[in-house]
Amino acid sequence: MTATTDSAALRARPLDRRRWHLSEQAQTILLLLPSILALAVFIYVFISFTFWVSLSNWRTLKIDLTLREPLFATYAEMFAMARWQADLRNTFVFTIFFIAFAVTLGLTLAILLDRHLAGHNVFRNIFLFPYALSFVVTGVVWRWIFNPETGLNLLFEVLGINYLLTQAGMAPLKPGWITDPTVVAEVNGILAAVLPGVDAWQVKWGIPLAMIPVAIAATWQLSGFVMALYVGGMATISDEVREAARIDGASEFQVYRKVIIPMLRPVTISVVVILLHVSLKIFDLVYTMAGVGPGFATDVPAIFVFEQMFKATRYNLGSAAAIIMLVLVALVIVPYLASTLREDS
Amino acid sequence: MFGKRILFVMTAMLLAALVFTGCAAPAAAPGGGQAAPAGGEAAAPAGGGKLEVFSWWTSGGEAAALQALFDAYSAQYPDVEIINATVAGGGGSAARGVLQTRLAGGDVPDTWQVHPGFELIGQYVEPGYVEPVTDLYEAEGWNDVVPEALRTMMTKDGEIYQVTVGVHRGNGFWYNKQLLADNGIEVGDTLSVDEFITIADQLKAAGVTPLCVGDSGIWATAQLFENTLLGTIGPEAYNGLWNGATRFDDPGVKQAMETYGKMLEYQNEDHSALSWDQAVKKLMEGGCAFNSMGDWAYGEFVNAGLTDNVEFGWVSHPGTAGSFMIVADGFPIGKGSANPENARNWLKVIGSKEAQEAFNPLKGSICARTDCDRAKFGVYHNWSMDSFANDALVPSVVHGSAAPADFQQALNDAVTVFVVDKNVDAFANALVAAAQSSGFGQ
Repeated sequence: MTATTDSAALRARPLDRRRWHLSEQAQTILLLLPSILALAVFIYVFISFTFWVSLSNWRTLKIDLTLREPLFATYAEMFAMARWQADLRNTFVFTIFFIAFAVTLGLTLAILLDRHLAGHNVFRNIFLFPYALSFVVTGVVWRWIFNPETGLNLLFEVLGINYLLTQAGMAPLKPGWITDPTVVAEVNGILAAVLPGVDAWQVKWGIPLAMIPVAIAATWQLSGFVMALYVGGMATISDEVREAARIDGASEFQVYRKVIIPMLRPVTISVVVILLHVSLKIFDLVYTMAGVGPGFATDVPAIFVFEQMFKATRYNLGSAAAIIMLVLVALVIVPYLASTLREDS
Repeated sequence: MFGKRILFVMTAMLLAALVFTGCAAPAAAPGGGQAAPAGGEAAAPAGGGKLEVFSWWTSGGEAAALQALFDAYSAQYPDVEIINATVAGGGGSAARGVLQTRLAGGDVPDTWQVHPGFELIGQYVEPGYVEPVTDLYEAEGWNDVVPEALRTMMTKDGEIYQVTVGVHRGNGFWYNKQLLADNGIEVGDTLSVDEFITIADQLKAAGVTPLCVGDSGIWATAQLFENTLLGTIGPEAYNGLWNGATRFDDPGVKQAMETYGKMLEYQNEDHSALSWDQAVKKLMEGGCAFNSMGDWAYGEFVNAGLTDNVEFGWVSHPGTAGSFMIVADGFPIGKGSANPENARNWLKVIGSKEAQEAFNPLKGSICARTDCDRAKFGVYHNWSMDSFANDALVPSVVHGSAAPADFQQALNDAVTVFVVDKNVDAFANALVAAAQSSGFGQ
């Protein structure tokens, strides 16, 4: 044993440098191995398990991992459910409103701060504060604000808006906010002309009004974060660029419109991707603020997963929903990661 | 350069450590629970060891009531250390997830809170998570004092699996007595659906909201439906729903759906923004006249300092006089748990008259046995005890006793839709399909 090692060492001596190299590589692998193993087990093995469960017969407390016939029957069942159809619609509508609101507001705040108005340091912190709160806290607070009898509607009374409206012969302003089951701008008819199978849909595809207050609450929480990203992005744009634009005769509005905002494109892409995955996975804010809502007006896929898994013990159905959520998030994240990785290399 | 590498190594180690502590925590739990083999040899000797009691009784009155049971147990078994494993969350919404995970992972608590009926039989007896306690019933003479209908809800194949400690009445209909008096209305001992609708129309005409509902947790309005269903088709047909004898598209059921839809027209506009207890509070403040709720609502009135039959009153939910909707809590013995002997003694204690007389006044429920001292209970609970002893006992679907959990969820979902679209046929069809899919409907 010693003899062989000695001779091996002798023979290896001229290649000392290379051996050090190898061992450094081995070191790297060794260091990364725990994380890789942990990732493999706790992410990929569990995703695969969830996928298997979604195909299985497991629908009571008793574990049953036999495959359900026909394959993907649980997915078919889920997509035929009015509730799941409403969830997909709500996620879609929430995402659009939330991202539009948050990006617009975040960018506006960032530009205002960029003008170095008086007290801009104080305001920067104030705008960022909501981000430090938990979604649960935000949900509870905004639930009271949008309660039709105790919240914002009282303000309409106190400010005399409703008095003026009734004097003018109009109905008083008393929106139901999160309790309003109305779906406006229904597009089933239009979609039916283009897509097959729309007739089988059990829900109206449109804008559930109750989702808008939820989007507002989410915007309140995250627009400060968006602002911070934009402020960071603007700090990297040198003053020379702005001055050059001004010398070329651009107005202040044009400086932002034509120079700064286009240069912030990478920031905007990051912001949208981050907000997209927040909105696709959102649970706590909606759950505490509005719950599933009247007629599922504010239900989202994450609540569906939670209720099917732990209330209904429909493990296969809950897993199927979780897999679809994963696919939706992957559709957003994977192209983004691919493009950043390409840029890096 | 050197410093950078050290930093990198340290970061990597730190991350690895974090990852592994993160995964070690759940893995350690079963070991910590002294995972015992199914046999009895690892069981703690009588008079020592531990007892883990898993429940979701965390709010003021509930926690105090649970403590009364612990005190009764400790008085007889002073050497046993009680582990109070509670998970907060109304109706056990969060606790059940934890319990399911523990059962599936083989980390069985010694005993846990369970509702009789389907939740016990379907979720715990059939998968084999609990042990029969038939001999306890015989030895302690409980067969004579626990009503047969309740025992049936805890029995499968001749074996009984649970000791019930307290019973709530789910079909209560509470009213603001002052508000009704102001409008010249008096409610008698019972109320029929037609009588209620007459009163409700009268109130509505006077500008009073007749009915308070707080269905931000959708179960509250599902319970309103369940009570209306019982009131319309009667206890016999109602019980038939859960074994397939009555179909959910039966004309009687559809009529109940119509009535439920009509009742919804009398409810407060902000119902979906309120929780059940906020709806009760609204009633107390005069924001509406009636509220359909189990008698845990009684605790809300008492806590607010209101007096029975003066400021508030009650009857059975319209049409349900003569029936008692059981919402009961009890405990089984976990099969393969660490301390089955201590769990058996726990059941022996909580089934006793003394423990139930200590527990129920605090919890706001009545004894699961019919021989408790009535002087220990107030006016309402004496009324409820009469009903428990004489009326038809029926299981609640909303509280997990009547049907499997997936049907319960399907009912909640169907109600969520019905509250908005009031489509009786779609509602009935959804329930027929759910009952079939759940395995008990025709």
